[in-house]
Amino acid sequence: MTLAHYLFVSGILFAIGLAGVIVRRNIIIIFMCLELMLNAGNLSLVAFSRFQVANGLPNYNGQMLVFLIITVAAAEVAVGLAIIVALFRARQTVHVEDLNSLQG
Amino acid sequence: MPEPLFYFFSLLTLIFGVGVVINRNPVASALCLVASFIGLAAIYVSLNAYFLGTIQVLVYAGAVMVLFLFIIMLMDIRAEERRKFNLVAVGGGMVLVIGFLAMFSSVVSGFKGGEQRLSQLPLDTTKSDVVEIGKTLFTDYTFHLQIVGVLLLVATVGVVVLSRREDRPSAPHEAP
Repeated sequence: MTLAHYLFVSGILFAIGLAGVIVRRNIIIIFMCLELMLNAGNLSLVAFSRFQVANGLPNYNGQMLVFLIITVAAAEVAVGLAIIVALFRARQTVHVEDLNSLQG
Repeated sequence: MPEPLFYFFSLLTLIFGVGVVINRNPVASALCLVASFIGLAAIYVSLNAYFLGTIQVLVYAGAVMVLFLFIIMLMDIRAEERRKFNLVAVGGGMVLVIGFLAMFSSVVSGFKGGEQRLSQLPLDTTKSDVVEIGKTLFTDYTFHLQIVGVLLLVATVGVVVLSRREDRPSAPHEAP
Protein backbone atom coordinates (compact mmCIF):
# COMPACT_ATOMS: atom_id res chain seq x y z
CA MET A 1 0.00 0.00 0.00
CA THR A 2 1.61 3.24 -1.06
CA LEU A 3 0.42 6.77 -0.42
CA ALA A 4 -0.43 7.03 -4.11
CA HIS A 5 -3.01 4.22 -3.75
CA TYR A 6 -4.89 6.17 -1.11
CA LEU A 7 -4.60 9.41 -3.06
CA PHE A 8 -6.05 7.73 -6.14
CA VAL A 9 -9.02 6.40 -4.19
CA SER A 10 -9.53 9.89 -2.79
CA GLY A 11 -9.29 11.50 -6.23
CA ILE A 12 -11.71 9.06 -7.85
CA LEU A 13 -14.18 9.56 -5.01
CA PHE A 14 -13.88 13.33 -5.47
CA ALA A 15 -14.49 12.91 -9.22
CA ILE A 16 -17.62 10.85 -8.54
CA GLY A 17 -18.92 13.56 -6.24
CA LEU A 18 -18.09 16.25 -8.78
CA ALA A 19 -19.91 14.31 -11.52
CA GLY A 20 -22.93 13.96 -9.26
CA VAL A 21 -23.05 17.67 -8.47
CA ILE A 22 -22.97 18.53 -12.18
CA VAL A 23 -25.19 15.77 -13.58
CA ARG A 24 -27.96 15.41 -11.00
CA ARG A 25 -30.78 17.95 -10.79
CA ASN A 26 -32.25 16.92 -7.45
CA ILE A 27 -30.96 19.28 -4.77
CA ILE A 28 -30.85 16.57 -2.10
CA ILE A 29 -28.69 14.31 -4.30
CA ILE A 30 -26.46 17.30 -5.07
CA PHE A 31 -26.07 17.77 -1.33
CA MET A 32 -25.13 14.09 -0.86
CA CYS A 33 -22.52 14.42 -3.60
CA LEU A 34 -21.07 17.45 -1.82
CA GLU A 35 -20.67 15.25 1.26
CA LEU A 36 -18.91 12.68 -0.92
CA MET A 37 -16.44 15.34 -2.09
CA LEU A 38 -15.78 16.49 1.49
CA ASN A 39 -15.07 12.89 2.47
CA ALA A 40 -12.68 12.45 -0.44
CA GLY A 41 -10.73 15.43 0.91
CA ASN A 42 -10.79 13.89 4.39
CA LEU A 43 -9.40 10.62 3.05
CA SER A 44 -6.39 12.33 1.50
CA LEU A 45 -5.79 14.26 4.74
CA VAL A 46 -5.84 11.06 6.80
CA ALA A 47 -3.52 9.35 4.29
CA PHE A 48 -1.00 12.20 4.38
CA SER A 49 -1.19 12.23 8.18
CA ARG A 50 -0.44 8.49 8.37
CA PHE A 51 2.49 8.69 5.96
CA GLN A 52 4.23 11.48 7.92
CA VAL A 53 5.44 9.36 10.80
CA ALA A 54 7.61 10.99 13.47
CA ASN A 55 8.72 9.03 16.59
CA GLY A 56 6.24 6.28 15.78
CA LEU A 57 3.28 8.66 15.72
CA PRO A 58 1.38 9.92 12.68
CA ASN A 59 1.11 13.66 12.12
CA TYR A 60 -1.96 14.42 14.20
CA ASN A 61 -2.44 17.90 12.73
CA GLY A 62 -4.03 16.32 9.65
CA GLN A 63 -6.36 14.23 11.78
CA MET A 64 -7.37 17.32 13.76
CA LEU A 65 -8.29 19.05 10.51
CA VAL A 66 -10.42 16.02 9.53
CA PHE A 67 -12.12 16.12 12.94
CA LEU A 68 -12.97 19.81 12.48
CA ILE A 69 -14.15 19.20 8.90
CA ILE A 70 -16.49 16.40 10.04
CA THR A 71 -17.94 18.68 12.73
CA VAL A 72 -18.43 21.60 10.35
CA ALA A 73 -19.88 19.27 7.70
CA ALA A 74 -22.46 17.99 10.20
CA ALA A 75 -23.49 21.57 11.00
CA GLU A 76 -23.56 22.37 7.30
CA VAL A 77 -25.83 19.40 6.55
CA ALA A 78 -28.26 20.49 9.28
CA VAL A 79 -28.44 24.08 8.00
CA GLY A 80 -28.57 23.03 4.34
CA LEU A 81 -31.38 20.58 4.90
CA ALA A 82 -33.32 23.19 6.88
CA ILE A 83 -32.95 25.54 3.90
CA ILE A 84 -34.15 22.76 1.58
CA VAL A 85 -37.20 22.20 3.79
CA ALA A 86 -37.97 25.94 3.75
CA LEU A 87 -37.50 25.94 -0.02
CA PHE A 88 -39.78 22.95 -0.42
CA ARG A 89 -42.48 24.64 1.66
CA ALA A 90 -42.28 27.76 -0.49
CA ARG A 91 -41.96 26.18 -3.95
CA GLN A 92 -43.09 22.52 -3.59
CA THR A 93 -40.05 21.29 -5.52
CA VAL A 94 -36.49 20.11 -4.93
CA HIS A 95 -35.54 20.13 -8.61
CA VAL A 96 -32.94 22.81 -9.36
CA GLU A 97 -34.30 23.54 -12.84
CA ASP A 98 -37.62 24.59 -11.31
CA LEU A 99 -35.82 27.10 -9.08
CA ASN A 100 -35.20 29.85 -11.61
CA SER A 101 -36.90 32.90 -10.12
CA LEU A 102 -33.56 34.73 -9.86
CA GLN A 103 -32.90 34.27 -13.59
CA GLY A 104 -34.94 37.38 -14.32
CA MET B 1 -4.35 -4.14 6.88
CA PRO B 2 -3.67 -6.79 4.22
CA GLU B 3 -3.68 -5.59 0.66
CA PRO B 4 -6.83 -7.48 -0.50
CA LEU B 5 -8.86 -5.76 2.24
CA PHE B 6 -7.69 -2.35 1.06
CA TYR B 7 -8.87 -3.11 -2.48
CA PHE B 8 -12.14 -4.57 -1.20
CA PHE B 9 -13.02 -1.50 0.88
CA SER B 10 -11.81 0.94 -1.80
CA LEU B 11 -13.99 -0.74 -4.39
CA LEU B 12 -16.90 -0.79 -1.93
CA THR B 13 -16.50 2.96 -1.34
CA LEU B 14 -16.18 3.80 -5.04
CA ILE B 15 -18.96 1.50 -6.31
CA PHE B 16 -21.44 2.76 -3.76
CA GLY B 17 -20.27 6.29 -4.52
CA VAL B 18 -21.22 5.72 -8.15
CA GLY B 19 -24.50 4.28 -6.85
CA VAL B 20 -25.28 7.60 -5.16
CA VAL B 21 -25.00 9.37 -8.51
CA ILE B 22 -26.79 6.93 -10.79
CA ASN B 23 -29.71 5.82 -8.60
CA ARG B 24 -33.00 7.42 -9.58
CA ASN B 25 -34.57 6.75 -6.20
CA PRO B 26 -33.29 9.21 -3.52
CA VAL B 27 -33.73 6.64 -0.73
CA ALA B 28 -31.47 4.19 -2.60
CA SER B 29 -28.97 7.02 -3.10
CA ALA B 30 -28.95 7.76 0.62
CA LEU B 31 -28.40 4.10 1.48
CA CYS B 32 -25.55 3.91 -1.07
CA LEU B 33 -24.04 6.94 0.65
CA VAL B 34 -24.15 5.10 4.01
CA ALA B 35 -22.38 2.08 2.50
CA SER B 36 -19.79 4.33 0.89
CA PHE B 37 -19.07 6.09 4.19
CA ILE B 38 -18.73 2.78 6.00
CA GLY B 39 -16.16 1.66 3.43
CA LEU B 40 -14.36 4.94 3.97
CA ALA B 41 -14.37 4.36 7.74
CA ALA B 42 -12.71 0.97 7.13
CA ILE B 43 -10.02 2.70 5.05
CA TYR B 44 -9.45 5.15 7.93
CA VAL B 45 -8.99 2.17 10.25
CA SER B 46 -6.46 0.72 7.80
CA LEU B 47 -4.56 3.99 8.16
CA ASN B 48 -4.51 3.52 11.97
CA ALA B 49 -6.95 6.43 12.44
CA TYR B 50 -9.29 4.44 14.69
CA PHE B 51 -10.86 7.50 16.28
CA LEU B 52 -11.72 9.08 12.94
CA GLY B 53 -13.14 5.80 11.65
CA THR B 54 -15.44 5.63 14.66
CA ILE B 55 -16.45 9.29 14.26
CA GLN B 56 -17.11 8.69 10.57
CA VAL B 57 -19.54 5.86 11.32
CA LEU B 58 -21.23 7.69 14.21
CA VAL B 59 -21.59 11.11 12.59
CA TYR B 60 -22.04 10.31 8.90
CA ALA B 61 -23.59 6.86 8.83
CA GLY B 62 -25.61 7.69 11.95
CA ALA B 63 -26.61 11.32 12.33
CA VAL B 64 -26.24 12.82 8.86
CA MET B 65 -27.98 9.90 7.16
CA VAL B 66 -30.97 10.09 9.49
CA LEU B 67 -31.29 13.78 8.57
CA PHE B 68 -31.14 12.99 4.85
CA LEU B 69 -33.73 10.21 5.13
CA PHE B 70 -36.08 12.48 7.08
CA ILE B 71 -35.88 15.13 4.38
CA ILE B 72 -36.38 12.58 1.60
CA MET B 73 -39.68 11.60 3.25
CA LEU B 74 -40.93 15.08 2.27
CA MET B 75 -40.39 14.48 -1.41
CA ASP B 76 -42.35 12.75 -4.10
CA ILE B 77 -40.04 9.89 -5.11
CA ARG B 78 -42.11 8.97 -8.18
CA ALA B 79 -41.68 12.51 -9.58
CA GLU B 80 -37.91 12.10 -9.42
CA GLU B 81 -38.06 8.74 -11.20
CA ARG B 82 -40.05 10.27 -14.07
CA ARG B 83 -37.40 12.91 -14.73
CA LYS B 84 -34.95 12.31 -17.57
CA PHE B 85 -31.23 12.99 -17.35
CA ASN B 86 -30.21 16.25 -18.99
CA LEU B 87 -27.85 15.08 -21.75
CA VAL B 88 -26.00 18.41 -21.94
CA ALA B 89 -25.29 18.24 -18.21
CA VAL B 90 -24.18 14.60 -18.48
CA GLY B 91 -21.81 15.39 -21.37
CA GLY B 92 -20.39 18.47 -19.69
CA GLY B 93 -20.01 16.62 -16.41
CA MET B 94 -18.16 13.74 -18.07
CA VAL B 95 -15.75 16.11 -19.86
CA LEU B 96 -15.03 17.98 -16.62
CA VAL B 97 -14.57 14.78 -14.60
CA ILE B 98 -12.28 13.16 -17.18
CA GLY B 99 -10.22 16.36 -17.32
CA PHE B 100 -10.02 16.41 -13.53
CA LEU B 101 -8.97 12.75 -13.35
CA ALA B 102 -6.33 13.19 -16.06
CA MET B 103 -4.81 16.16 -14.25
CA PHE B 104 -5.05 14.41 -10.88
CA SER B 105 -3.36 11.23 -12.07
CA SER B 106 -0.56 13.15 -13.74
CA VAL B 107 0.06 15.09 -10.52
CA VAL B 108 -0.08 12.03 -8.23
CA SER B 109 2.07 9.83 -10.48
CA GLY B 110 4.73 12.55 -10.58
CA PHE B 111 4.66 12.92 -6.78
CA LYS B 112 7.82 11.29 -5.34
CA GLY B 113 6.48 11.03 -1.78
CA GLY B 114 3.65 8.87 -3.09
CA GLU B 115 5.92 5.84 -3.36
CA GLN B 116 6.39 5.33 0.39
CA ARG B 117 4.96 2.02 1.53
CA LEU B 118 2.77 1.71 4.60
CA SER B 119 4.82 -1.29 5.83
CA GLN B 120 8.00 0.85 5.86
CA LEU B 121 6.44 3.30 8.33
CA PRO B 122 5.62 1.32 11.46
CA LEU B 123 3.76 3.06 14.27
CA ASP B 124 4.46 2.89 17.98
CA THR B 125 1.76 0.43 19.00
CA THR B 126 2.12 1.19 22.71
CA LYS B 127 0.54 4.63 22.19
CA SER B 128 -3.22 4.83 21.96
CA ASP B 129 -4.69 6.74 19.02
CA VAL B 130 -7.50 8.29 21.05
CA VAL B 131 -5.16 9.42 23.84
CA GLU B 132 -2.85 11.15 21.37
CA ILE B 133 -5.78 12.81 19.56
CA GLY B 134 -7.19 14.00 22.87
CA LYS B 135 -3.83 15.45 23.88
CA THR B 136 -3.47 17.31 20.58
CA LEU B 137 -7.08 18.48 20.59
CA PHE B 138 -6.96 19.91 24.10
CA THR B 139 -3.49 21.46 23.89
CA ASP B 140 -2.74 22.77 20.39
CA TYR B 141 -6.31 22.99 19.17
CA THR B 142 -8.32 24.17 22.17
CA PHE B 143 -9.24 27.47 20.55
CA HIS B 144 -10.43 25.74 17.37
CA LEU B 145 -12.49 23.34 19.47
CA GLN B 146 -14.20 26.27 21.22
CA ILE B 147 -14.93 27.95 17.89
CA VAL B 148 -16.44 24.74 16.53
CA GLY B 149 -18.61 24.55 19.64
CA VAL B 150 -19.90 28.08 18.97
CA LEU B 151 -20.45 27.16 15.32
CA LEU B 152 -22.55 24.15 16.30
CA LEU B 153 -24.63 26.31 18.64
CA VAL B 154 -25.19 28.91 15.92
CA ALA B 155 -26.12 26.17 13.44
CA THR B 156 -28.63 24.68 15.89
CA VAL B 157 -30.29 28.05 16.52
CA GLY B 158 -30.23 28.82 12.81
CA VAL B 159 -31.95 25.56 11.92
CA VAL B 160 -34.67 26.20 14.49
CA VAL B 161 -35.23 29.71 13.08
CA LEU B 162 -35.21 28.46 9.48
CA SER B 163 -37.70 25.67 10.02
CA ARG B 164 -40.17 27.72 12.07
CA ARG B 165 -43.43 28.33 10.24
CA GLU B 166 -44.06 32.01 9.48
CA ASP B 167 -47.78 31.67 8.82
CA ARG B 168 -48.60 30.02 12.13
CA PRO B 169 -52.19 30.61 13.29
CA SER B 170 -52.53 32.71 16.44
CA ALA B 171 -51.30 31.01 19.58
CA PRO B 172 -54.01 29.35 21.71
CA HIS B 173 -53.49 31.62 24.72
CA GLU B 174 -54.47 34.63 22.59
CA ALA B 175 -57.86 33.11 21.85
CA PRO B 176 -60.73 34.69 23.78
